[in-house]
Amino acid sequence: MNLTLRVWRQKNKNVNGKLISYEVKQVSPDMSFLEVLDLLNENLVKKGEEPVAFDHDCREGICGACSLVINGIPHGPDRGTTACQLHMRKFRDGDTICVEPWRAKPFPVVKDLVVDRSALDRIIQSGGFISASTGGVPNANSILVAKEDADRAMDAAACIGCGACVAACPNASAMLFVASKVSHLALLPQGKVERAHRVKKMIKQMDSEQFGNCTNHFECEAACPKKISVSFIAHMNREYLNAHLQP
Amino acid sequence: MGWNVDRGGSLCRLRLRSIIDLSGSDYLNPRSRFVKLDPRIPEGPLESKWERCKSELKLVSPANKRKYKILVVGTGLAGASAAASLAELGFSVECFCFQDSARRAHSIAAQGGINAAKNYQNDGDSVHRLFYDTIKGGDFRSREANVHRLAEISSAIIDQCVAQGVPFAREYSGYLANRSFGGAQVSRTFYARGQTGQQLLLGAYQALSRQVDAGSVILHTRSEMLDLVVVDGEARGIIVRDLIGGKVNAFTGDAVVLATGGYANVFYLSTNAKGCNVTATWRAAKRGALFANPCFTQIHPTCIPVSGDHQSKLTLMSESLRNDGRIWVPKAKGDGRPGKHIPADERDYFLERKYPSFGNLTPRDVASRSVKEVCDEGRGVGKTGQGVYLDFSDSMGRLGKNVIEERYGNLFQMYEKITGENPLETPMRIYPAPHYTMGGAWVDYHLMSNLAGLFVIGEANFSDHGANRLGASALMQGLADGYFILPYTISDYLARTKPGTVTSDHPECKRLEEEAAKRLKKLLSIRGRRTVDDIHRELGTLLWNHCGMSRSEQGLRTALEKIPELRETFWRDVTILGDREELNQALERAGRVADFLEFSELMCRDALERKESCGAHFRVEHQTESGEALRDDRHFKHVSAWEFKGENQTPELHQEPLEFSNVELVQRNYA
Ligand SMILES: Cc1cc2nc3c(=O)[nH]c(=O)nc-3n(C[C@H](O)[C@H](O)[C@H](O)COP(=O)(O)OP(=O)(O)OC[C@H]3O[C@@H](n4cnc5c(N)ncnc54)[C@H](O)[C@@H]3O)c2cc1C
Ligand code: FES
Repeated sequence: MNLTLRVWRQKNKNVNGKLISYEVKQVSPDMSFLEVLDLLNENLVKKGEEPVAFDHDCREGICGACSLVINGIPHGPDRGTTACQLHMRKFRDGDTICVEPWRAKPFPVVKDLVVDRSALDRIIQSGGFISASTGGVPNANSILVAKEDADRAMDAAACIGCGACVAACPNASAMLFVASKVSHLALLPQGKVERAHRVKKMIKQMDSEQFGNCTNHFECEAACPKKISVSFIAHMNREYLNAHLQP
Repeated sequence: MGWNVDRGGSLCRLRLRSIIDLSGSDYLNPRSRFVKLDPRIPEGPLESKWERCKSELKLVSPANKRKYKILVVGTGLAGASAAASLAELGFSVECFCFQDSARRAHSIAAQGGINAAKNYQNDGDSVHRLFYDTIKGGDFRSREANVHRLAEISSAIIDQCVAQGVPFAREYSGYLANRSFGGAQVSRTFYARGQTGQQLLLGAYQALSRQVDAGSVILHTRSEMLDLVVVDGEARGIIVRDLIGGKVNAFTGDAVVLATGGYANVFYLSTNAKGCNVTATWRAAKRGALFANPCFTQIHPTCIPVSGDHQSKLTLMSESLRNDGRIWVPKAKGDGRPGKHIPADERDYFLERKYPSFGNLTPRDVASRSVKEVCDEGRGVGKTGQGVYLDFSDSMGRLGKNVIEERYGNLFQMYEKITGENPLETPMRIYPAPHYTMGGAWVDYHLMSNLAGLFVIGEANFSDHGANRLGASALMQGLADGYFILPYTISDYLARTKPGTVTSDHPECKRLEEEAAKRLKKLLSIRGRRTVDDIHRELGTLLWNHCGMSRSEQGLRTALEKIPELRETFWRDVTILGDREELNQALERAGRVADFLEFSELMCRDALERKESCGAHFRVEHQTESGEALRDDRHFKHVSAWEFKGENQTPELHQEPLEFSNVELVQRNYA
């Protein structure tokens, strides 16, 4: 296949960027999307042009590093799939494909397609944990967890922290990301002790990072490569309300 | 040129064209250094060594802990668990990773599970059995005392992870579920769907985040360690490049912990994440830390085959598939018919034929070699001929399609995304791929290297898996090291050390900062014709062919001739654009590949030197009549620990003899 890629190029966070078109020839349908960027980069370097910067690591859909908006959709057209797992057989010969970074105020562009997502880490640091120091914990089987709760907690915990939910949301809301951690921990008996404190702290941090609010567009769920359900946002809202109703 | 063996010489007198650092850096000639290879294994019966060791370790008083700074490089299972636990104890910790978030360390990708000798299933498991399986699985090339401690600690890891909220699989009763894994005879593997590594890492990352919030850990993401600062024989700091701003700075502390993972990416194509590298441990080796068993690299049998030259990484398909899939190739060479059109009597179920009692569940190394063999005979399947079928049609017939889909549905989806084929309709194709590295920095029982103050944990050390690692035991080791071993042993070291003796204005820090910057400048100034990936790919092919699944003296010698040539090509003809003081991913990769180009020579040298077959190290000259690995316990029952002797010097082999007083050394037999 031969493709035209329109790629966002931006030298650093202090200058403006723009879309630049590149032709990429001899793309095999078996290639992953990132392998096409590899190919583009090899060609660019051979021509003496600087390669395109993009985040990636595991290339199997689990580390959450890759973060490309492909034809306007975070992670591209294939539902429940990260950009690194998107394969070129989903495209057609002659296609023009637009590749941009996550666009959201709390995610400033670092270079080309690379953005700074450290705001998500700071939200977890503010309270997204159970305070169980190493050692001195009970035998694992002394804490029973109903299978349905464990399964549901796992559904929420599957979040890979890529930030596609934020990129997809017209308000740049991080509600799905925060809700998945709040729900994962609140659903388990181990996490119940700190639940009120946790949800308050995390939401406070989320707001201070300038993420927007949820106005029920549900674009986040549609873009989530792990198909995390927006019902967790409702769960978090309940947690938040309960936390404030408590004395 | 090249490597030649001193005829009639002892093992230690192998001569090697020494590793030339063409970047022009200036390594001290460590002639005066005296390498002490004391594993510090505690006295007493195996079962009580760790208790005894703990009771004898010195402690730092609570009021003083804050004064000690520990630098932890790596935020995978090993690094994150260590950094969090050390900060909880009250030490000052600074923690580094090259990804944009600590949560993205390669541990996140582990799928299958984590072992623990809980015996929740009442199926006969015990600490001793886990110990024995691990020692035997490693083909008797690991230390009894370390492995026993690992088995002892395994249980506490599960307790810790559950307390943190890791959502392990549960039974309807609410109790934890287990599965059997990697051919083990007991069900001792704990798992969280197919994302066990992710959930364990998030547990450790969250514990780490809590300490960041408390101000006890300073986290440096997008930061890469480029060198180790050694002052008066003790590790006192690291040289770090900030990957965004490009600045190179020294960080100093009272101890350095490397938790930087494995080096399977030396083969270019592997199941590891793209960023995995050998830089931290190799740089430490160049500063005097011994590197142990570099040739022990594991090739995993069930990965999705290469589809073309564009391939950038290989994807693991969980080992659990072998429980229900049958592996076969056509009996006839070059049989081009689609798998499902080949009648049963024209198929060769070669693992079942060769190993009737273990069949498709033979250990990783044995299965991988057999797969390669049939492909080398020209009976491989798929476009490239580098693949064999893993076929579920019999088990679908027996159990029903829905049962198989329920068991492996998510893996089948992943396979379909990558290959465009549905394994429920067409047999899956698999081929072996580099996956894990048992070799690593040499450490003693305290997980400290021969360089005082340098601790190495997780996949980056060599300690527990001998010549072959069993499934679900890497996660166990990483967390054992980080949560439960290092916090004890490092305290003992610090209790004997005065805090804050070296600061970043020390001349050695300045010297090494300049040296690292010079190397980066040099890389950017070459402006040749070849890309970094292009050269890395060539190195990978060379190693795959000569130091991969089977190794021969001739092949290794060829590799040892070609690696220095390729290294020269790299330093002459590589091209890296862009600047030093900005985000420059090609420059990052170039540094890592430059290190692989040096390290790989040691790997081949070690493989050449170990004239036996054991575990994943298969020397064609040393096999049984039936083609199985033939160990030579008389000559090779030791750890090979290599000392870098400086530029243009012969690296020196040190041997740590292995004593086995609790297990009998048997020849592994899976027929
Ligand atoms: C696909 C796959 C599946 C697996 N499945 C299983 C399984 O089911 N069960 C099992 O037990 N094991 C499994 N393993 C093996 C296991 O995942 C790894 O051995 C283990 O996670 C390694 O952990 P670690 O903490 O030692 O290193 P890693 O998780 O690799 O972490 C390394 C850390 O070091 C940092 N780092 C590296 N170099 C530098 C540098 N120069 N400067 C700064 N930072 C640096 C990285 O940023 C990272 O934070 C699997 C491996 C793979 C590849
Ligand atoms: S590169 Fe890891 S999720 Fe895409």
